[in-house]
Amino acid sequence: MRSIKKDFFGNQVLTDINFTLGAGQVLGLCGENGAGKSTLMKILFGMDVIRETGGYEGDILLNGERAVFNTPFDALEAGIGMVHQEFSLIPGFTATENILLNREPQKKNVISEVFGSRLNTLDYKEMDRLSAQAIQKMGVEIDAKMLISSMPVGHKQFTEIARELSKDQMKLLILDEPTAVLTEREAEALLESIRSMAARGISVIFITHRLREILAVCDQVVVMRDGKVVRDIPAGETSVEDITRWMVGRDMQAAAAPAPEAAKAENTNAKTVMSIRNLWVDMPGETVRNVSLDIQEGEILGIGGLAGQGKLGIPNGVMGLYEAGGTVEFEGQAIALNSPRKCLDSSLAFVSEDRRGVGLLLDESLEWNVAFSAMQIQNKFLKPLLGGLVKWRDEKAIHAVTQKYIDQLQIKCTSSKQKARELSGGNQQKICLAKAFALEPKFLFVSEPTRGIDVGAKALVLEALRKFNRESGVTVVVISSELEELRQTCDRVAIISGGQVAGILPAAASSEEFGLLMVSKVI
Amino acid sequence: MKLKKNFDAVEFLKNNLVPIMFIVICAFCIPLSGLSPSYLLNEIVTRMGRNIFLILSLLIPIMAGMGLNFGMTLGAMAGQIALIFVTDWQIWGIPGVVLAMILSVPFSVLLGLLCGKLMNMAKGREMILGYMMNYFVTGLYQMVVLYFMGSIIPIKHAAIRLPRGFGIRTTVGLANLRQCLDNQFAITIQGVKIPVLSFIIIAVLCVFIIWFRRTKLGQDMRAVGQDMEVAQAAGINVDRTRIIAIIISTVFAGFGMIIYLQNIGNFPTYTAHSQIGMFCIAALLVGGASVEKANISNVFLGVILFHTLFIVAPRAGAAITGNAMIGEYFRVFVSYGVITLALIMYEVKKRRARSQGGQLLAQAQKEGGVQA
Amino acid sequence: MHQPATAIALQYWLKKMGYPRLIIGGFLLVLFILAPITGSDLTTQITNVINRFSWNAVLVLAMVPMIHSGCGLNFGVPLGVLAGLLGGTLAIEMGFTGPMSFVMAILVSTPFAILFGGGYGALLNRIKGGEMMVATYVGLSSVSFMCIMWLLIPYKNPSIVMAYTGEGLRSMFALDSFYAGALSNLLEIDLNRLGINLVIPTGSVVFFALLALAVWAFFHTKTGTAMTAVGSNPIFAKASGINVDRIRILSVILSTWLGAVGVLVYQQGFGFVQLYTAPMNMTMPAVAAVLIGGASVNKASISNVIIGTFLFQGLVTMTPTVITALIHTDVSEVIRIIVSNGMVVYALTRKTEESA
Repeated sequence: MRSIKKDFFGNQVLTDINFTLGAGQVLGLCGENGAGKSTLMKILFGMDVIRETGGYEGDILLNGERAVFNTPFDALEAGIGMVHQEFSLIPGFTATENILLNREPQKKNVISEVFGSRLNTLDYKEMDRLSAQAIQKMGVEIDAKMLISSMPVGHKQFTEIARELSKDQMKLLILDEPTAVLTEREAEALLESIRSMAARGISVIFITHRLREILAVCDQVVVMRDGKVVRDIPAGETSVEDITRWMVGRDMQAAAAPAPEAAKAENTNAKTVMSIRNLWVDMPGETVRNVSLDIQEGEILGIGGLAGQGKLGIPNGVMGLYEAGGTVEFEGQAIALNSPRKCLDSSLAFVSEDRRGVGLLLDESLEWNVAFSAMQIQNKFLKPLLGGLVKWRDEKAIHAVTQKYIDQLQIKCTSSKQKARELSGGNQQKICLAKAFALEPKFLFVSEPTRGIDVGAKALVLEALRKFNRESGVTVVVISSELEELRQTCDRVAIISGGQVAGILPAAASSEEFGLLMVSKVI
Repeated sequence: MKLKKNFDAVEFLKNNLVPIMFIVICAFCIPLSGLSPSYLLNEIVTRMGRNIFLILSLLIPIMAGMGLNFGMTLGAMAGQIALIFVTDWQIWGIPGVVLAMILSVPFSVLLGLLCGKLMNMAKGREMILGYMMNYFVTGLYQMVVLYFMGSIIPIKHAAIRLPRGFGIRTTVGLANLRQCLDNQFAITIQGVKIPVLSFIIIAVLCVFIIWFRRTKLGQDMRAVGQDMEVAQAAGINVDRTRIIAIIISTVFAGFGMIIYLQNIGNFPTYTAHSQIGMFCIAALLVGGASVEKANISNVFLGVILFHTLFIVAPRAGAAITGNAMIGEYFRVFVSYGVITLALIMYEVKKRRARSQGGQLLAQAQKEGGVQA
Repeated sequence: MHQPATAIALQYWLKKMGYPRLIIGGFLLVLFILAPITGSDLTTQITNVINRFSWNAVLVLAMVPMIHSGCGLNFGVPLGVLAGLLGGTLAIEMGFTGPMSFVMAILVSTPFAILFGGGYGALLNRIKGGEMMVATYVGLSSVSFMCIMWLLIPYKNPSIVMAYTGEGLRSMFALDSFYAGALSNLLEIDLNRLGINLVIPTGSVVFFALLALAVWAFFHTKTGTAMTAVGSNPIFAKASGINVDRIRILSVILSTWLGAVGVLVYQQGFGFVQLYTAPMNMTMPAVAAVLIGGASVNKASISNVIIGTFLFQGLVTMTPTVITALIHTDVSEVIRIIVSNGMVVYALTRKTEESA
């Protein structure tokens, strides 16, 4: 293997990506969330998603020849292995069994001669030998006989890597944030094993948010932003600060001229409306470890940070959707955690990032979706019958309020009776907002309001939020992965890193400052 | 030190609640029933020979993560159809049994395939689907046996036909097959008859199951059973593997039913299979198996305990309350109750694991705070 | 390229109706047409169908609340039936006769239904996602437990206890002097005087209509709306501050109570009480009926109940007479088994996503 070259041309997600990787070299790939790293790797690995969404343009050159991978199995065949962020291991199997999953060496026997090779018996001795070999290649010690379910996280990660290494033809290994779940010592061991793999002639693409690791182990660094490669330089010639700047740095105009509304002077004397102290939230993938935060009345506060650092856990924890601990005070009153009802009763509202899972009744009409929470919490849209004994649903009022928000937010639908499932993502998001507005809250959490919706809808949603804030004086907290969006919309932006508040900056602060905060406490 | 020991005892009790409960109930009921030990032993050995094969057929789907195969009744029906033919052709003795087994295979495979395909369409709901399949296929079975046999499917001998000319009589006598396996090489030790050949067949199946676990297919099934997505990602054909698991189970259930019925010596044509699934599953669970984990020792322990209770319950019930019916109902209640309990424990366990993360986090923060 | 509008409309309509419903409906229509040809009296048949409809409809209605709240098909119907049986037998034991015994039976069964339903609902909350399998076995084990109880509870009334020992209830007894026909004889319309052989059990039908109306109205109240939302998306409901567990228990209690009333209505029409293992046989027809009516594992409406009960009971009553007359063989039982269980299997395979 001499060199791999990948060229992609085309859609907005990835534009004109070129880079090469030599045999036995380690390439560090970094960039903000949504910069296109995962998409790029999916293409390289032949994942089904790519083909289902219309394929890609450009060529992948492997050893100078054009390679086309229609399925991950093609990619495996060609010697590309990938270790995903989520473990793909069978908990009740030993490390050996997992390493050789579906590639077990087999022995023929009388019965299998008749009924086919699936009745071959497994060759346990050979399995032990192969797995020992793979583990040795990696250069760390793990117990091959141990069940995965009783292993520490780091060993699970090593088992995954060993599985890829046990494949004879392995030439290129992709590691997608392998150190995210490891302790410092385990991560160190992993870096060591990456070096030893490279020494054996295996190329590695190493994706991580921990920039120091990249500098420690990589030969070459590729920085991506907005679907483009912004820098491709040898690791020796750069520093953490440089990479950070390339990762978050925007076009000069955007950085120089933040949106006018955001320039609203910060009032340091403003009343604190909500104060969060020592919050932890057990939200899988978005763990909050120790967050303390004061939110001022009437402001729009942005919460940003890299994916998986815990920014999404904050609203979900405060609103009681995931188990949480710590103290949260709203207008001087302590709010009970783990009870959505108590939060809603205190005029808090939440627009979830998980529209389809949490935010909507997909199989019910828009009217229901908009009116339901307000009906249940505040007894709106109900007619008392029989002297208040029966609370009858007031279809007319429900229809009226839904129609109001359909007009106000320009929701495209056939009627207010349409099923929420049939709407596009952007319109579904607007319904979620309408639901929260109908509650007429004093305080609103909005989580990832623009995720997965098109540009036009994005602007409308953000505008609606701003208007809601300015006109009704409602305090709004926007949680988003898109820093630029936060800087345009919010008064202040808090950056969450490693499940903690890394710092709070005014929206006008420079990109570099935000970037440094984002990676400051990454674990 | 002492604390730890106590903890283990509690854990042991928790994990083996059902078998321990049964041992207690049996220990309580046996003296009350007033049955002689040799009679009891004889009955248990007979029932072991009769039932174990059927129960063993449940193991493979559990291995493949498909839960308790309530659809094993389908195999039982296939076995019954084969027996009806063999009876009609008047092939007696061991050749008859062997022929019936061979004959049952195509029916079992067909029904198993159907069942497996439907289960793949209802992943996560295999058990209720298998349970409903029982009733659905019972309808088809009745259609065939009651209306087609003798009219469309030739049945020569009037003795097993209904007087109206088609359909099978409500009882099929297997006088000439009766206990032909059990009596072969049977030895009697102190009045206890041991059906050696039946036990040999069971031993062969046990060896097969142990061997099967070590094959590629067995390994695939275990992988599929634990995590379908991971197995799929590793290139294992999940759906196919699951279907094979159900087919194997159905075929064995068919064999098991034939062994079971040759011991009894006749069978009620339209109802023989209906309770089989329930009793086998109850026995397996009594032996300490759960929805996701079962092994051969569970089968043996389960058969002994469950059938001991079965034998003594009516007599013990009569001795306590003076009403034999109560004991009768009691054992039915116990079998349903055991299955209910096992299902509830399985579902609760699935949900319990989730709430542990929070405690860890709170603790981590506390520890972190101390350090800071 | 362009399909005629009628074809599109037809396709839409077919899809909306669901093929099983159409096939069974069509089959039933054929039966109605064949009935006079085979020599059976059409009006007698219609009377039979209406009668059986009125006996069974309330039991089918008992499916609705639990389906709405996302607990799946209520295979735990026997619990409600047991509550009804307890109510009925205790009312008789207390010495009530005639229509009064029916009213008392409902009153007495209510606390049992609440008790059973509450416990059962709390259990189902601990096993979300696996409701149907557990429900089946909770039903079966409670029926077998009650088998013991029927023998042990010291009933004394000579018309319901076993004749020879005087202890334990009979497995079946007639309700002639109690609540047989308590509803169906009420306001009965007998058209025989006009020369038409048609008897309409107005009381039963009106009673069902009232209950159905009540259930329909319930789903238009605040709590009813919450129940539907819980079934539609439990996480949404939780995020909207709904106590999901409480709503689910409420739905189970409602279902159980309707099951209790349902079995009493069935008995007053049928004229007999069946005890011991009989409640096990009440589940399948009710589940199958609501599915044939177009309900799925997580959606059901009153119209599903009415259509389903009518189709299913029509099938059950018509096939014996018509088919038997045609081919001189009674296949109705087999057809009933295949249709009802086939329906359930079909419904189970149709929805692939896990109910949370």
